[in-house]
Amino acid sequence: MSEYTYPILFGLAAGTLTRIYMLRTDYRQYPTYLHGKIIHIALGFIAAGLGTVAIPSIMEEEFTAITFLTLAASQFREVRNMERNTLTELDSYEMVPRGKTYIEGVAIAFESRNYLVIFTSLLSTLGYLVFNIWGGLAAAILAILISKKLMSGGRLKDIVDVEFVEPRFDGAGLYVDNIYIMNIGLPVRQEEVLRYGMGFILKPKNFNARSTIANLGQRQAILHDVSTALGVYRDSGTPALVPLAKRDLDDGRVGVFVLPQEKDINKALKVIQAVPTLENAIRMPSEQQTNGKGS
Amino acid sequence: MVLEKYILAAITTNPSKIPSGTAVFHCEDKKEMEIIAANLEAILDGIAHALTDELYVIVKH
Repeated sequence: MSEYTYPILFGLAAGTLTRIYMLRTDYRQYPTYLHGKIIHIALGFIAAGLGTVAIPSIMEEEFTAITFLTLAASQFREVRNMERNTLTELDSYEMVPRGKTYIEGVAIAFESRNYLVIFTSLLSTLGYLVFNIWGGLAAAILAILISKKLMSGGRLKDIVDVEFVEPRFDGAGLYVDNIYIMNIGLPVRQEEVLRYGMGFILKPKNFNARSTIANLGQRQAILHDVSTALGVYRDSGTPALVPLAKRDLDDGRVGVFVLPQEKDINKALKVIQAVPTLENAIRMPSEQQTNGKGS
Repeated sequence: MVLEKYILAAITTNPSKIPSGTAVFHCEDKKEMEIIAANLEAILDGIAHALTDELYVIVKH
């Protein structure tokens, strides 16, 4: 037992607990299976170990030990690849695929959460060694709060107004409001679509939002989330029953057409509003010098 | 090879509107046309699109 044993154990525990806290199974249903969780808790433990030994190494003037952290970077980049590959493989078997942009977002989150674990462990051990266990505890809580803040992204309701519109047919063309969705020829299929279909109009609140929701990955994410939360009325071999999101070229509004199993307007509105705005879809045309700020 | 956006078949009640270069199904009336289109849609995994009242096409998306 050295003077560093307790601080290191404390840092390890703080880091691992942070990882467990961040590994919530939510509506995205991932990872649900036990083995997937074990992989991430184990990696979180390794990350915590790397973060926690950094401070004692500095105190012992073993500066080369810090190079261990570079190992961490390549290790966790691998985590991102692993998640990306798994999800991409599985995506072709989804009724409504997540889409590449959503998958990349999830993969990035998995990588960055390991760095947040390193940060938490590092801070907790530092707090313990500089002050005492209470100092460590305060540092750990602070780090967890910062992690929580950093890991939660924006929601769709921040950038768009969502409105329910009953889909309609004009000849063979299916419309949501005035936005053309697709051509469905068979009257039987048209009846089916009208019975189960729901339409929503996403009205961008500003110019930046307009570009963000135009992103195909963001639109696919909306369709996937709604279909996951409310079920989907479709099967393989029924390409006519496919949820789609199309854009009004004039004003950038997006018409979302979905076929949920459960036709509950309020629930669907809440689900759409809670769809994450994907990091990779966010565009900021207003930051461009020639456009000026805001609008 | 994976086909995207390809006309797999055409179903029509008007012989003068026959497209060339694809499988065409001639039908007596609209009802027959709808039945054939519905079956082909299921068989070919495509969508039956109505171009006019007399002409349907099955498209692979």
